[in-house]
Amino acid sequence: MLMCREATGLMSLKLEKALSLREKIALKVHLSICPACRHCVRQFDLLHKIGNRHPASLRMPEREQDD
Amino acid sequence: MTLTATLAAAHFTQLRPRLVAFARLQLRDATAAEDAVQETLLTAFEKSATFEGRSEFETWVFGILKYKILDQLRQQRRQGTWQPLDQNLDDDTLDRLFQSDGHWQNAARPSHWGEPEQVLENQRFWQVFDACMIALPDSIARVFTLRELMGLSTADICKETGITETNCWVILHRARLRLRECLDHGWLN
Repeated sequence: MLMCREATGLMSLKLEKALSLREKIALKVHLSICPACRHCVRQFDLLHKIGNRHPASLRMPEREQDD
Repeated sequence: MTLTATLAAAHFTQLRPRLVAFARLQLRDATAAEDAVQETLLTAFEKSATFEGRSEFETWVFGILKYKILDQLRQQRRQGTWQPLDQNLDDDTLDRLFQSDGHWQNAARPSHWGEPEQVLENQRFWQVFDACMIALPDSIARVFTLRELMGLSTADICKETGITETNCWVILHRARLRLRECLDHGWLN
């Protein structure tokens, strides 16, 4: 049974690569019974979205150097 | 100075503080950040006349800054001022946040932040975010900013830092946990 500590590892990992089916199911089951981790996964997703939203920043073009 | 050059100079003056703020978050060194921004502005100034739209221009300048920052990071690495952490992460994040059975510690249990769009529009959120970024240990913060502010893939981060992809994932996990925790405490309370 997946515990919160490992669940947060999968929440982070899913932002980097596709999880295996087993990992996906384990995370989903855990989230269905754990409100704290449901908050956590939303916050990880939010932190992942911030890059282009930071006030000091703007959307960065990928692979482009004009100098 | 031509009219275009005058306009460009005005843009630069306005843009500069944001460029410096961004470079500082990434480089974590005021001098290095100033250097990167200085070089960016020099490069941008030479070619600024070719830009019509302002947002297009800003995007382009930030694009240049991104590469200047990477140059600075490589230089810091060569000079040994930045040692990307190795396999032994001397870090107690997980032990601090979780009980030995894997449950959240009571004090560390995440609370509700509200609607994502509203959160991101809240200026206080960004102030706390910047403070939390600065409070992160260097090695963790650099990997996080390369990934989330600079938008590099973990594969590219491995190339830049010389750490393994697995280690990169471990670091990102801890960075997210620590930032989340810091925001929870600093922003909501």
